[in-house]
Amino acid sequence: MIDRDMAPLLQVSDLSRHYGGQVGCEDVSFELYPGEVLGVVGESGSGKTTLLKCIAGLLPPSAGTVSFDTRVDGPRDIYAMSEPERRMLMRTDWGIVFQNPREGLRMNVSAGANVGERLMAVGARNYGEIRGNAVDWLTKVEMDLGRIDHLPETFSGGMQQRLQIARNLVTQPRLVFMDEPTSGLDVSVQARLLDLIRGLVRQLGIACVVVTHDLGVVRLLSHRLMVMRGGRVVEHGLTDQVLDDPQHPYTQLLVSSILPV
Amino acid sequence: MTQPSQTSDVEEMIQVEGLSKGFTLHNQGGIRIPVLENVSFTVKRGECVVLAGASGSGKSTLLRSIHANYLAEAGSILVRHDETWVDLVGAPPHLVLDIRERTLGHVSQFLRVIPRIGALDLVAQPLLTRGFDETAAQRRAEEMLERLAIPRALWALPPATFSGGEQQRVNIAMTFARDYPILLLDEPTASLDAGNRQAVIDLIVEARDRGVAIVGIFHDAFVRDAVGTRTYTVDSARKAA
Ligand SMILES: Nc1ncnc2c1ncn2[C@@H]1O[C@H](COP(=O)(O)OP(=O)(O)OP(=O)(O)O)[C@@H](O)[C@H]1O
Ligand SMILES: [Mg+2]
Repeated sequence: MIDRDMAPLLQVSDLSRHYGGQVGCEDVSFELYPGEVLGVVGESGSGKTTLLKCIAGLLPPSAGTVSFDTRVDGPRDIYAMSEPERRMLMRTDWGIVFQNPREGLRMNVSAGANVGERLMAVGARNYGEIRGNAVDWLTKVEMDLGRIDHLPETFSGGMQQRLQIARNLVTQPRLVFMDEPTSGLDVSVQARLLDLIRGLVRQLGIACVVVTHDLGVVRLLSHRLMVMRGGRVVEHGLTDQVLDDPQHPYTQLLVSSILPV
Repeated sequence: MTQPSQTSDVEEMIQVEGLSKGFTLHNQGGIRIPVLENVSFTVKRGECVVLAGASGSGKSTLLRSIHANYLAEAGSILVRHDETWVDLVGAPPHLVLDIRERTLGHVSQFLRVIPRIGALDLVAQPLLTRGFDETAAQRRAEEMLERLAIPRALWALPPATFSGGEQQRVNIAMTFARDYPILLLDEPTASLDAGNRQAVIDLIVEARDRGVAIVGIFHDAFVRDAVGTRTYTVDSARKAA
């Protein structure tokens, strides 16, 4: 649910990131309100992941600012914060679900520990409580609790993604970044995972930025849609408006699926 | 917030003024399809304005523009939202979403996004944030599905496998379970038999008599006569421009 009385949770202004002379993303601006889900689509190499990394605090931009409405101090430029401050934000109020579960999970500790670890990072010490919380979240993401002590290494791709989601949501973040959360999975597994994400995000009122090449994913998940090409945003609007009445030639191609995304 | 240009009647809920909308097909040689030109009309509480006009004249385009599903090219589309007028043309996305959430109900011809959620939950869930508790939402959803004759055996199933008419009735149940002050209806009875058609007519008439402002497209003359209070012909507006 979108809270209309609130200030934007995230404000991205004139953000650019170059790699040497190469453009990663160029001049991107948008606001995200609490509970809003923003989809980012575009062909591969269009700058989606670069943009996501910049706004998620993982890659300093070459220009522009990313401001997050912190619980205590209100809007803060995330790159003007100290490193420990930013890291604390990423462990508490933010979540990041990576395309590759290896980037988002610790493969050499159990599923339960993967979830519990994030709680311990924010100061939880009571073993029983941590374990209880982990069980709770593993249940919410429909994991078989019999596998709580197994290593993620032994899980299927879909289970690993669900574990990543549990690990991220356990601290009740207000903003979650997802990079192709369902790609590389079987179609039926994708569908279940999408339903799960949609349900949790709506129920908990979490704001999300979801990068994907799959228009079906954004149709189901996102309120708003940004279309990128060559590092630039070529179109931005309500998801159904952009998909049903695309204005830019590139979006029209994308929607008519002449172009494989 | 925007104020309407004319002195506004407290009963007015929608004011469309000078609306123009066409399509440019960039990948087909940049063909330009003009559809709506300088369309103006208003809708009051308790009215059901029937959009008339030949096939292709732009009835659906007009309805979709009012829903902000199509992007208007010129003019304004004012809707009364929480007793203030908001121009949907150029409104920020989060405001449009809020208007759709609380003010502007919409029944499309097809259920387009079908999450794998059971039909009953699909109707009940949006009610939870609207002041209904779990039991009340459940009860309201059951009541709607019953009125629309969705067999009980289907209630727990996601509508993806339902027949076209069943999907359409779930779609209608979702919108009418809520109490929107404005309703936009695009062929809500298109794939329904006579019995179900009557159930939908009853819902529309009840809403209208409660003071809901309604704009609809109904190809079926029987439905049109039963629900409509006035006709607005889309074609003539275009020629008049
Ligand atoms: N998304 C779109 N992209 C391009 N052209 C469109 C789009 N939607 C509608 N049109 C065009 O706009 C014109 C009006 O279409 P619209 O669907 O509004 O007509 P209608 O009056 O509802 O017709 P019908 O009675 O057959 O449903 C048509 O020429 C149609 O091809
Ligand atoms: Mg039509």
